[in-house]
Amino acid sequence: MSQKIQDILKERILILDGAMGTMIQRHKLEEADFRGEILRDHPHPLKGNNDLLSLTQPDIIKDIHRQYFEAGADIVETNTFGSTSVAQADYHLEHLVYQINYESAKIAKEVANEFTQKEPNKPRFVAGSMGPTTKLASMSPDVNNPGYRAITFDQLVVAFKEQAKALIDGGVDMLLLETVTDTLNVKAGLFAIQELFEETGKEVPVMVSGTITDASGRILSGQTAEAFLISVSHVPLLSVGLNCALGASALRPYLKVLSDRAPFFISAHPNAGLPNEFGQYDQTAVQMGKEVEDYLKEGLINILGGCCGSTPEHIKRIADIAKNYKPRTIDTIEAATTA
Amino acid sequence: MKHTLKLSGLEAVEVTPNSNFVNIGERTNVTGSAKFLKLIKEDKFDEALEVALDQVRGGAQVIDVNMDEGMLDSQLAMVKYLNLMASEPEIAAIPVMVDSSKWEVIEAGLKCLQGKGIVNSISMKGGVEEFIRQAKLVKRYGAAAVVMAFDEQGQADTYQRRIDICKRAYDILVNEVNFPPQDIIFDPNIFPVATGIDEHRNYALDFFKATKWIRENLPHAHVSGGVSNVSFSFRGNQKVREAMHSAFLYHAIQHGMDMGIVNPTMLEVYDEIPKDLLERVEDVLLNRREDSTERLLDFAESVKGSAKKKEVDDEWRKGTVEERITHSLVKGIIDFIDQDTEEARQKYDKPLHVIEGPLMSGMNVVGDLFGAGKMFLPQVVKSARVMKKSVAYLTPFLEEEKRLSGNVGKPAARILMATVKGDVHDIGKNIVGVVLACNNYDVVDLGVMVPPEKIIEAAKREKVDVIGLSGLITPSLDEMVYVAKEMQREKMTLPLLIGGATTSRIHTAVKIDPVYDGAVVHVLDASRSVPVASELISTETRDAFKSKIKLEYEVMRKDHASRQQAKNYIPLNEARANRVKIDWKATQLTKPVILGRREFVNYPLEEIRKYIDWTPFFQTWMLAGRYPGILKDAVVGVEAQKLFNDANTMLDEIVRDKSLQASGVVAFYPAANKGDDVELYKTDSTKENFATFHFLRQQNKKAQNLPNFCLADFVSPEQGNDYLGIFAVTAGLGLEKLTAKHQANQDDYSDIMAKALADRLAEAFAECLHEKVRKELWGYAQDEKLTDQQLIDEEYNGIRPAPGYPACPDHTEKKLLFELLEAEKVGIQLTESYAMFPGAAVSGFYFSHPDSKYFGLGKIEKDQVLDYAKRKGMSVEEIERWLAPNLAYDI
Repeated sequence: MSQKIQDILKERILILDGAMGTMIQRHKLEEADFRGEILRDHPHPLKGNNDLLSLTQPDIIKDIHRQYFEAGADIVETNTFGSTSVAQADYHLEHLVYQINYESAKIAKEVANEFTQKEPNKPRFVAGSMGPTTKLASMSPDVNNPGYRAITFDQLVVAFKEQAKALIDGGVDMLLLETVTDTLNVKAGLFAIQELFEETGKEVPVMVSGTITDASGRILSGQTAEAFLISVSHVPLLSVGLNCALGASALRPYLKVLSDRAPFFISAHPNAGLPNEFGQYDQTAVQMGKEVEDYLKEGLINILGGCCGSTPEHIKRIADIAKNYKPRTIDTIEAATTA
Repeated sequence: MKHTLKLSGLEAVEVTPNSNFVNIGERTNVTGSAKFLKLIKEDKFDEALEVALDQVRGGAQVIDVNMDEGMLDSQLAMVKYLNLMASEPEIAAIPVMVDSSKWEVIEAGLKCLQGKGIVNSISMKGGVEEFIRQAKLVKRYGAAAVVMAFDEQGQADTYQRRIDICKRAYDILVNEVNFPPQDIIFDPNIFPVATGIDEHRNYALDFFKATKWIRENLPHAHVSGGVSNVSFSFRGNQKVREAMHSAFLYHAIQHGMDMGIVNPTMLEVYDEIPKDLLERVEDVLLNRREDSTERLLDFAESVKGSAKKKEVDDEWRKGTVEERITHSLVKGIIDFIDQDTEEARQKYDKPLHVIEGPLMSGMNVVGDLFGAGKMFLPQVVKSARVMKKSVAYLTPFLEEEKRLSGNVGKPAARILMATVKGDVHDIGKNIVGVVLACNNYDVVDLGVMVPPEKIIEAAKREKVDVIGLSGLITPSLDEMVYVAKEMQREKMTLPLLIGGATTSRIHTAVKIDPVYDGAVVHVLDASRSVPVASELISTETRDAFKSKIKLEYEVMRKDHASRQQAKNYIPLNEARANRVKIDWKATQLTKPVILGRREFVNYPLEEIRKYIDWTPFFQTWMLAGRYPGILKDAVVGVEAQKLFNDANTMLDEIVRDKSLQASGVVAFYPAANKGDDVELYKTDSTKENFATFHFLRQQNKKAQNLPNFCLADFVSPEQGNDYLGIFAVTAGLGLEKLTAKHQANQDDYSDIMAKALADRLAEAFAECLHEKVRKELWGYAQDEKLTDQQLIDEEYNGIRPAPGYPACPDHTEKKLLFELLEAEKVGIQLTESYAMFPGAAVSGFYFSHPDSKYFGLGKIEKDQVLDYAKRKGMSVEEIERWLAPNLAYDI
């Protein structure tokens, strides 16, 4: 890579892609499409396992990456949000975890390279998406047994390490632990990544993005944005930020909390508004653009993209707007931290 | 800021030079508290949790947990206790100090903390190599560390040893491990004083001095210590101990100690220590006199006695039993719930009424607070536990009552409950489960993240009567649809209940109900689950209930389809190509009996009155339900009947006094469809149109076989054989005079009643006149015979859509409509914003074709707006302003 992402981030706001799920839904894929040839005889249903499409429908995934790059994204996320052994256990596909992550990274990187070659002055990056898994490490799913845990820290470390290794082997430029609903889960992820870096001697930048779930301003496991930031700050992150759950406007106060306090770059990839009663997102690109523009006016942001419901159209709009604004600078970061 | 020690539980804690001394709660330590040890040993973890709560409420800002005891599996106890603490939001709010002399216990503890806690402790006791290894791991887990002044030689007990060891440890940590200096908390060892041993005389003083040196020479590091150690020789004399702790802290803080393991409920306020006691304590701490120990011992004999009473905020215990139960539910306090439940049980005549009364209303408060963001999930989980405990207390009484009432032996109906795959939320589901169980249902709870095949398999195996699905997050909506589809595939017929925060009646009606032939019912909240379940299970009611619900949902779907826009739009030309296809050759068109205008002045109210649709009238008064069933409704029936009687009394007066007058006008013209317009002609044979109505076409992408509707499609394109009718009616003439009377009497009730009745009469007049049009004036349905209900359900041919309503939302079309009708002549005017005056008025078009139907335009694209503006000869901006709610794009 000719230019380090850390340096580019000081110069301009980088654009992250939008929703993968929303784009996949447009293809209206059926059970057989998800299975492809390789899993034709798998004894369990696979429809809805979007990550699997990196293996069975790689062209669709590549095309989505391409659309986002064309829309102006600097970074696309691999199609691996649920590709831990913990989440894939729902589909009995634990054995494919390495392959899904590796191939997802590889195809995303191929598309990124195409674009970087065409436009060397705008290098494109791939972030390895690591979701929260489907189980919480610090909350009990059983009301009557609050001390019970559906998963342990150690189990999460194993799962995240496997995923991170495959993503790095596949060529991602950075890792993105996103949609953090339980900080203990992400701490396990960070622990796994640090172990992996030490073992392999190879490091990539790490991004963390939490999810504020409701009006209480807390993540699902109960932490405030500030407590969350403190809990992940032991790792020299590339960025910390927020994504999902709320629309852009609702996220702003919590991004401000992070921006005022974090010694890292700040990222945001909000949803395209709130889902309607059908779970669909109605917010138009223009509306979303207006809302994120408020972040930019306040200079809160270094990395900006979209989560659920956002499409290449939204990302294009966001990219066009972001061009007019300066990123949150290191000066601001230092000013904030020495204030 | 950069070198501030930052910690977190659910909340952030920063230790800055400006922050006061950080209190670390110490009672949750088996080595320091016999009571706590006993609770842990006896596996009474719930009670042990109260000890932590006491500490937090007493003011602890960090909580120390220690399980080092020979008879305990320390690691197991540590993990269990920390996990339980995490479920108590009030405790979990503050950071945890994991305290053990065993590294594996510390490590196990760190794996339970979502926040940034503190390790207590690491040291060079086991050599530098091990020290470095542990420090690296502490950093990797994201914790701060207490570093003991301890090395291979042992514990530092002099000033010099203390500062030497701390300096060495600091250099290793900062330079070799790259440990953040602000995350280092030195414990330079607090030892007992006044022990009678000479070497101990300087212990406190040396600690103070070492503290000062550390704070001045080891940048950003903190100093902490276990304060109660200092008073060890005065065990049993709380008064002296409290004074010693306070005085020690006072001086230590002066020297720079900024954290400490203190029992905050066992501290005297420094200024309130009696002067004589304080003097003797300080003599000891500061080693000011040869005889200081003896003097303090002598004094101690005289002040033996009561320790400071701990203060608990129990003001809330003075409230009524209902208030106390609500308080316990909201705060998640489990201590009093049994006694309060018992009190409520005696107060209410049946145990079930305790659940349906104070418990449910308490949970409603919880629900409201949660909804408003004033409580968060872990707290709500706690509330549910309190609720369960109360129900558990009541269960034997419920059983007893069932036995007495002879309910025993009757097999209870079974309800399967599950949170669908991909979703972990189950509070609502659990509450519903509790309520159902309380009502004699046998609940089979499959838990959370349940895949469809498991639901279906369990439903069959357990022979359940009803399946209940729950979900909180939006993807669960799709998953529920999928479960319903799977049930259909399996040819199941069991009723399906849908509940949870994101679910809605409309989603259930539109997405779930159509894919499953069995009954599907959305349950708004737990309180609705019981009546719904009983109707679905009873052999007497279930079929009727199912048809009723299916019908309700079908109506909702239709209504929804007319309002909801799809997300995909097609170009106008494609939409036009997909117009309503009517075989005009095969259609028998009828020529109206009259052409041109006809007025109806002072139409008889007696006749109009028969056409009143009362259901919207009750809605106006916020009484939910359909007429006439609402008059018999269990909840609102009495009120509804009263209201209905008053309405009819007033109607009688209005009819008798003619205090309201109804007038209207209709007109019919030869018409032909041109694109999306309808052109009007003076006669059947006139070629030139004299007026044109403009309509809009749906542009959302349609499912196969569904057209993109436009009202113009319902008029034949062939000139000379089809017609369009228009009308305007009012029943509001005289209303102002009538309401002025009520307003003068300050009779709001009658005022609102009169307005509501005028509205109803106007609608009824429109309905009445429409029938007259169908049967006589246009006469295309002369043989029509319909019941009142069929009329209300609009089961006749032809429609009468109104400008400004879903099928033709453009209000500006009223201008031409009113000009043609000369509506002012019968007393109806248009305001400049195209509103009708009097307000109790209806206007619109008559379409006669049997295929004509109501629809919602939905959103339209720019291409149609441009086209429409051109057709109407208005500017695009003006059209966009009028149609703003219907634009699929941003202006």
